[in-house]
Amino acid sequence: MLRKLFKFHGGVKPQTNKEQSTTTPIAPVPLPDRLVIPLHQSVGGHPRPLVQPGDRVFKGQRIGGADGNLSSAVHASTSGIVRDVLPAVMPHTSGLTTLSVVIEPDGEDRWGELDRINVRAATPDELRDYLRDAGVVGLGGAVFPSHLKLKPGKEGSLDTLVINGAECEPFITCDDMLMRERAADMLKGISAMRHMLQAREVLIGIEDNKPEALAAIQAALSASGEKGIEAIAIPTRYPAGGAKQLIRVLTGIEVPHGRRSTDFGVQCFNVGTAYSIHDALEHGRPLLSRVVTVAGNVKAPRNYEVLIGTPMDHVVRLAGARHDTDRYIMGGPMMGVRMPAFDVPVVKATNCILVGSPALFPPPPPEMPCIRCGECAKACPADLAPFEMYWFSRARNFGKTQEYHLFDCIECGCCSFVCPSHIPLVDYFRFSKSEIWAREREKEAADTARERFEFKNLRQEREKQEKAEKLAAKAAATREKVAGETAAPGAAPAAKPGGDDAKRALIEAAMEKARQQKAQVAPKNTDVTNPGVQAEMAAIDARRAALEPPTETPPPAGQA
Amino acid sequence: MINSPYIRKPASVQSVMLQVLLALVPGIAAYVWFFGAGILVQLAIASLAAVAGEAAMLAIRGKPKALFLTDLSAIVTAWLIALTFPPIAPWWLTVTGTLLAVVIVKQLYGGLGQNPFNPAMAAFCLMIVAYPALMSQWPAAGQLDFKAQLDLIFGGVRQVDAITGATPLDALRTALRSAVSADSELHGLRASQLMDGPAFGALGGKGGEWVALGYLLGGLWLIQRRIITWHIPAAFCGALFVTAGLLWGLRPESFASPLFHLASGGAMLGAFFILTDPVSGATTARGKLLFAAGAAVLTYVIRAFGAYPDGIAFATLLMNILVPIIDMKTQAPVFGHKKD
Ligand code: SF4
Ligand code: SF4
Repeated sequence: MLRKLFKFHGGVKPQTNKEQSTTTPIAPVPLPDRLVIPLHQSVGGHPRPLVQPGDRVFKGQRIGGADGNLSSAVHASTSGIVRDVLPAVMPHTSGLTTLSVVIEPDGEDRWGELDRINVRAATPDELRDYLRDAGVVGLGGAVFPSHLKLKPGKEGSLDTLVINGAECEPFITCDDMLMRERAADMLKGISAMRHMLQAREVLIGIEDNKPEALAAIQAALSASGEKGIEAIAIPTRYPAGGAKQLIRVLTGIEVPHGRRSTDFGVQCFNVGTAYSIHDALEHGRPLLSRVVTVAGNVKAPRNYEVLIGTPMDHVVRLAGARHDTDRYIMGGPMMGVRMPAFDVPVVKATNCILVGSPALFPPPPPEMPCIRCGECAKACPADLAPFEMYWFSRARNFGKTQEYHLFDCIECGCCSFVCPSHIPLVDYFRFSKSEIWAREREKEAADTARERFEFKNLRQEREKQEKAEKLAAKAAATREKVAGETAAPGAAPAAKPGGDDAKRALIEAAMEKARQQKAQVAPKNTDVTNPGVQAEMAAIDARRAALEPPTETPPPAGQA
Repeated sequence: MINSPYIRKPASVQSVMLQVLLALVPGIAAYVWFFGAGILVQLAIASLAAVAGEAAMLAIRGKPKALFLTDLSAIVTAWLIALTFPPIAPWWLTVTGTLLAVVIVKQLYGGLGQNPFNPAMAAFCLMIVAYPALMSQWPAAGQLDFKAQLDLIFGGVRQVDAITGATPLDALRTALRSAVSADSELHGLRASQLMDGPAFGALGGKGGEWVALGYLLGGLWLIQRRIITWHIPAAFCGALFVTAGLLWGLRPESFASPLFHLASGGAMLGAFFILTDPVSGATTARGKLLFAAGAAVLTYVIRAFGAYPDGIAFATLLMNILVPIIDMKTQAPVFGHKKD
């Protein structure tokens, strides 16, 4: 059956460079000497450490507990001794540190007791909690906790579950190989998700440059006999694997920025996530490893099954980095982030270690002025006018950048890719976004400080008033006493005990209301909190703090 | 520090400009064939003046010379000036026009990408206001040989009247205006009869229609190469055709046919090479349509009712002024905000 596919605007066709790493199967990686496992690997709260230096841990033992429901647990990827729990450099360009558990493997790779779940008997809520504690997050790169996405929309069911096997970034082939090698298990994961979401149909989108993966999925589909699941070849065009673009291609629906796709009856998961969900539900195995493509400036590009926490250079060594290697990039050449060091750990978000060299990724030619040729707008999959946003970013007119929908930019890099003037447009957009975040947070902090100040004034005033009232009451009482001695008992005393608490409650309620109103009005761009973005924000804060004299920094938020 | 993306398409301002220059070649070839090689001299003079002016300004402004001189944008401006000025304009006229374009209209506004006005068209307007006579001498095809052209370009004294060939547009307008009082019997035949005269070819001016065809071919190639989009040429030609067609349909005796308008003067050059200048033109799809259609109507009005031989230059500048507001009002809805 031929399905009608939809187009998204723009996109580019860089050289795919995928053949090199798909000639050999996914390979295991020998245990490294040390695993450094960051506790914060997903969107949401920072998990609390559950272990201490010196503890013995088993493979699969939880070492970081989810912090609330918007968070995801973290586990020991092998058995060994906890050597340290300390801030370590995270795999992000900023070079910032994050609290991490350092494990020295004992070489036995011994599993602890697995926390199994009876999938058929469990309620959906139990399944979700289970996946949260199994640390399952989106493996396409967004690392959003999967359990939060496994809720159907308001109607309790979903039209379409979209499974993302597009893998549009050049060089990356981890999803491709996973589909080729583990299609059957992946399908079981997809069925489980479909069940939890009560999805009417499932569409698996795969770019048409991966015929082997498509064939493998289709073979597994016909073997399973499950109805209502379809694997579909979509045209190869970056960024077809962006969740919004893929949803658009397969269903024609455009999910606007800031809206949930479930509001439109759609939910989207990566194929790797589907496999991990199966692994967790069926075998009770939490997310301890993932498939990582090692490609670029290496002798034998290949995919590896890598334990979370493995130093990147440990994996790259297997593929044979060439000696002019000057950097690792996590992700692909379009959206990947440069690593601050070679030994940063592989995390759940690491789909690819792209080994770079000056020859492979030369610096762009000198930047020229924008000639308004509109190439960037033609290439933008979000239908934006990048050159207008660039203009206002340069002028630091951030309000205007937002009028041109800066926050709808998905930072796909298409605009920079095509610009004949070689302007690093995305850099300007990242800069503007982070400046806006920083300002919003500063404003929030200032608001908090002001609120505290106002509250203090109020309290002092009230105390003064109370004192005066007490004095007056006392005086009145004395007077009464005096008067009572001479005449009959008169009017009641003015002061009412117990009025104090009522007044405080009233003031607090009013302030709370004001705070809530403000929260509703202000654009909450600060809500985006995957570890990369948070790191960027932290880096900017650090930069600004270094620039500003400490007296000018507003008092820290959150103490009001 | 380099951030993502780490790969780029092999594209550059230089290659864009080079392709624009290449696309002008068929039109130039037809020009040389019908009007003589004098135009090549003009192209050379303008190019030299443009590079010299640009180099001097870059030096004064402390900008990297090698980078900006090789971007070829000044050469594109120079060629458009040479192609829109009369082929027998004295050399100093071409030089002055080019320097005005490059030094004032482009560099003083901030250089590449910053000029709100199309430099070539601004220069044209300034020069035609300053030297209306010199800017209006258009020899007919085959009227002058190369030697005579060189004499006129480099020679001192000019026998202005002897060589005054008004453009076909001019000739037609003058004739039609003087014909208003003429014999009423002939009236109905006026426009078409006039066009049988020696200055006219099958569609436009003699020879000129072939030059226009050359520009058209080059322009279509630019669209195919995705250097320009179809919006501006299509809207310009469409609007010019409709406007001219309306008046012609009402009073064919007083107005030229729409095809004549398309094939005459700078219509094709304007549609594919001048109005499509990205820097000074509209950038959104709807904006381009509006921008070009507006330019077409203005061009027609100036041609039919104004005092200058062609209206494209003034029309372009007038529309350039409106570009910021056109762009602002025609932003397309972004992803997820479209009405299906
Ligand atoms: S592609 Fe580059 S030069 Fe062209 S409009 Fe966009 S930013 Fe300007
Ligand atoms: S990075 Fe942003 S502006 Fe540039 S093409 Fe992608 S979505 Fe559009």
